[in-house]
Amino acid sequence: MSKAVNTSGYAGFISARRLLFWSGIVALCAWVLVPIYLVALGALGGRTGAYQWPKNFLPTDISLQPFILFLKTEGVFQSFLNSLGAAGITVALSIALGAPAGYALARYNFRGKDSYRLLVLLTRAFPLAILALPLTVSYIRLGLYDTVLGVGLIHTVLALPFAALVTQGIFLGVPRELEEAAWVFGCTRIQAFFKVVAPLALPGLVATAVFAFVISWNEVFAASVLTVRHRTLTAYLLTVLSESPMHYRFAGGLMLILPSVVFIFAVRRYLFAIWGVSSK
Amino acid sequence: MTQNRSWIPYALILPSVVFLGLLFVVPLVQTLWLAVSDNGTPSLANMTTMVTDLNFGRSVLNTFLLTLAVVPIQIVMALTMGSMVAKMNGGRETILWIWTIPLGISDLAAGMVWLSILQNTGYLNSVLFGLGIIERQTAWLTYQTPVALFIGIAIAEIWRGTAIVMIIIVAGLNQVPKEFKEAAEIFGASPWTRFTRITLPLIRPALQSALILRTVLAFEVFAVVYALGGRNFPVLVGEAYNWQNQNQNYGVAAAYAVLIMVISLAATLVYLKAVKVDPERLP
Repeated sequence: MSKAVNTSGYAGFISARRLLFWSGIVALCAWVLVPIYLVALGALGGRTGAYQWPKNFLPTDISLQPFILFLKTEGVFQSFLNSLGAAGITVALSIALGAPAGYALARYNFRGKDSYRLLVLLTRAFPLAILALPLTVSYIRLGLYDTVLGVGLIHTVLALPFAALVTQGIFLGVPRELEEAAWVFGCTRIQAFFKVVAPLALPGLVATAVFAFVISWNEVFAASVLTVRHRTLTAYLLTVLSESPMHYRFAGGLMLILPSVVFIFAVRRYLFAIWGVSSK
Repeated sequence: MTQNRSWIPYALILPSVVFLGLLFVVPLVQTLWLAVSDNGTPSLANMTTMVTDLNFGRSVLNTFLLTLAVVPIQIVMALTMGSMVAKMNGGRETILWIWTIPLGISDLAAGMVWLSILQNTGYLNSVLFGLGIIERQTAWLTYQTPVALFIGIAIAEIWRGTAIVMIIIVAGLNQVPKEFKEAAEIFGASPWTRFTRITLPLIRPALQSALILRTVLAFEVFAVVYALGGRNFPVLVGEAYNWQNQNQNYGVAAAYAVLIMVISLAATLVYLKAVKVDPERLP
């Protein structure tokens, strides 16, 4: 009899612990998701929604109309295109320059390898966006000031070290034997790379590209310093911030969040592999 | 690799070295020079202007306080999240994805998200009003409410920046061999002992890089502050931005940049010393 009470007590203890555990998980999920939900309500609620008091937590008065109105505001769509352009340049350059370096680090032992790794790691101990400040002068001289290309270049400085370290890990994951077999069968090194290594490394490279995109898309400081009329979306939103009505700010926030969330979802399987490697 | 091919790796890293040389090393040297020169001659005028500026002391203090408040909480939260998912069987992937969503969110967007909650007619006030704690709309983000503004900015930073710490720590936890924990369990170690004596020492490298990355980012805090508090809460990068864009004084902006770099490098060195990583003891 007492034994039965004991076991049920023990089971109760276990389930209480499980309850606590799962409420912790749910609370942390809510901590992440509820603020995004609320800013979406703000973005879709329009002017009346922004000043409604007290607020309604249910999505009763929302429509896409206020968000579309925001998109039609002068400068928004153009800055959206500028952001895409800068991010595109960042992706292309950081992969084109970073992947060969990652391949060299993964496949070769050479003098200066450690110095190179040190240079790459050094960039991480630095507040890189700050470098936009002196670049202003050089950019004006070179005609890069206030251009999408100029922003893409400085964003590449942010993304390139990351791309080199991550692609190193990706190429280490492609067995060297496969590549050597291709050489035996008469492929040149370049053929072997594009026919054997590249297809196997492709998913990882795509994930790296997505991260480079997100790095550029989200960068605020350098983009704001280096542009005046050809602003990226973050720079545009920062400069009009103090004059914009509340619901425009929320719409801007939502517009910044949506693409990143989709991209992070697309590469979720690679998140830990990538950061596990790049944090070494 | 054969000797006559030894140029290949150099050819492969050369483009990135040239690029980083032009857009990382050169601007770095330029910043240092701009900060300690005046019209092309060495001078401490910019440094003096920076230090005697009205906002200087406040921005240093605010940046340090924010970093000290935010980074430890993020590390603890990330360790908690990491330990939680380690115990999960089903649904692990989904939960991890949800927790990493803020990784893709910019600091500016994070500021706007929390603005929707903390503004006068926002959700926080609505809840407090509904509970009868406040009677009318209360302002939290003005210079008259520095403590509330500080807490608001800290919460937004914690909300946005914890994901990256968690990812690095989960990646570290994944590399801890199961055998270590099982052995400790057999010898009767409590969960807390297992965590402090086995898990923590083994994830030191991950902890170290998470600390370095997060601290450098914390000293760079800017957009989140600007979105929530405007000019009410001066921070170092914000001051650099104002000197550059509003005052068009590139020298003082460079002085701030140098200060931020020195602080970041010092923090990195402290972590490298304090969180010792012994390669012999790694799994």
